[in-house]
Amino acid sequence: MNLSTGSKLGMRVVALGYLFFLLLVPIGVILWRTFERGIGAFIEAISTPAAISALNLSLLIVAIVVPINVIFGIVTALALVRGRFPGRGLMQAVVDLPFAVSPIVVGVSLILLWGVNGWFGVLDEAGFRVIFGLPGMVLATIFVTLPFVVREVEPVLHEIGDEQEQAAATLGASKWQTFWRITLPAIRWGLTYGVVLTVARSLGEFGAVIMVSSGFPGVSQTLTLLVHSRYIDDHNTFGAYCAATLLMGIALVTLLLMTLLDRKRSNT
Amino acid sequence: MISVIGANKNFGDFAALDNLSLDIPAGSLTALLGPSGSGKSTLLRSIAGLENPDSGTITIGGKDVTGVPPQKRDIGFVFQHYAAFKHMTVRDNVAFGLKIRKRPKPEIDKKVNELLEIVGLDGFQHRYPAQLSGGQRQRMALARALAVDPQVLLLDEPFGALDAKVREDLRTWLRRLHDEVHVTTVLVTHDQEEALDVADRIAVLNKGRIEQVGTPRDLYDTPANDFVMSFLGPVAKLNGQLVRPHDIRVGRDPSMAVAQKAGTAESAGVTRATVERVVHLGFEVRVELRNAATGDLFAAQVTRGDSEALQLKEGETVYARATLIPNIPA
Repeated sequence: MNLSTGSKLGMRVVALGYLFFLLLVPIGVILWRTFERGIGAFIEAISTPAAISALNLSLLIVAIVVPINVIFGIVTALALVRGRFPGRGLMQAVVDLPFAVSPIVVGVSLILLWGVNGWFGVLDEAGFRVIFGLPGMVLATIFVTLPFVVREVEPVLHEIGDEQEQAAATLGASKWQTFWRITLPAIRWGLTYGVVLTVARSLGEFGAVIMVSSGFPGVSQTLTLLVHSRYIDDHNTFGAYCAATLLMGIALVTLLLMTLLDRKRSNT
Repeated sequence: MISVIGANKNFGDFAALDNLSLDIPAGSLTALLGPSGSGKSTLLRSIAGLENPDSGTITIGGKDVTGVPPQKRDIGFVFQHYAAFKHMTVRDNVAFGLKIRKRPKPEIDKKVNELLEIVGLDGFQHRYPAQLSGGQRQRMALARALAVDPQVLLLDEPFGALDAKVREDLRTWLRRLHDEVHVTTVLVTHDQEEALDVADRIAVLNKGRIEQVGTPRDLYDTPANDFVMSFLGPVAKLNGQLVRPHDIRVGRDPSMAVAQKAGTAESAGVTRATVERVVHLGFEVRVELRNAATGDLFAAQVTRGDSEALQLKEGETVYARATLIPNIPA
């Protein structure tokens, strides 16, 4: 494409301006609001018992959801790429469902299923609390983050093909050895990215979680719920900004850690 | 020795192997030669256990391996596109099979060093496959397959992805390697020149069946049928008879010398033809001719010396005669 210097410059301004106003300005405003009273006030706001409990709960949910989605995601991606079974097309479509369905609908359906009057309400009566408890929040988060690992690993599996695995088989490697030594290292980039997206989305999920959480501060509030309740219920806007900054900070750290880890592993 | 007895394999309606039987002697270098879709790769993958025939029996070294997974067949396999383990160094690639077998480290090191030297990659052991050329990658793949001392070495179009010059070098190299290592080797190729060059036995496949098995010389000189004849080298059709272009003599005079093998020349007769084109291919010259009687095109191959002596030009009338007609059973 041959563009004049003027139009090149114009396109750059438009693209950068777009990113600036839609991404950088909102984040910048939050950061500015958070730190305008100094770092001490920020630390204080994120170390209240309610904030620490919210952080722990959010991290706990991530710690449960990520391994489940990694295992499920790899198995599903393998089935979608390598499998030849009836219903594969349907499975392709169903995997993307969480992208299409609004998280709030997920919350409502979970209540319908697991609530006291729901299909599986018996469990609730037996004392195993799903709705308004941790299991409900985990289920909601798994649902909304389900496609990430699958969709990141699937194209990588397509690209590498199965010749390396066949070669490993002819060299005597069992299915399990082949998976650990050949397949997993080959898909690790896609998997890493899938995990980062899953972590970020798990931390940030709000709509589905608010429906199935009892929302008590210090008990069943995740970080997103804390931001919401501080802002709406307590009119503690500063506290909300600080919690929001903490949320962004963790996501950023995850991204950095994963990138560093992977660089280290591929160097050895 | 490898035996395939009555193997059948269908992919949908397509019969890749059609009641195929073949014996491959121990220590030989056998080429499976055929056009694409002839079943040669399916046959090789069935020997490896990467494909399971719908019926039939396969034995390796007298042991029935039908239904046995590739891990337990004691084979080495080399793929057309190398199938290099991209995240491993050359050294780790070659050592893979030995590590799986949990051999002691000193033994692995010794074996890997030995093989890297044989395949000429001893300076490259810490490189990754992406840092190697295609030819080097394929030599690495060969070393990897040989590391586990397989009973048979199976090569699926191993030079197919390489350019012509490298392909020729590797061919010569593989032949020499086989003379050193003596492992029973089966090579799949669609390139007749490659098969004739490398193999000591060739099995020609077509439509899932074996057309003929024999030494390169046998197949070239006494092909079992028209298919083998046309697949193993260039052919020209002279008065309804398939002959090799280099067995056609071209002259200015209809009373050309009688062929060395008396009798054969008579049957094909002397044919009047016009020169359509003269193509210089280095030492050889291909003369494209049009049969004056039937109007069919055919080509004769003559040496440059003959061509210069005859002073062939386009549009001129010449006389052609086959000096050797292969004895193909009808």
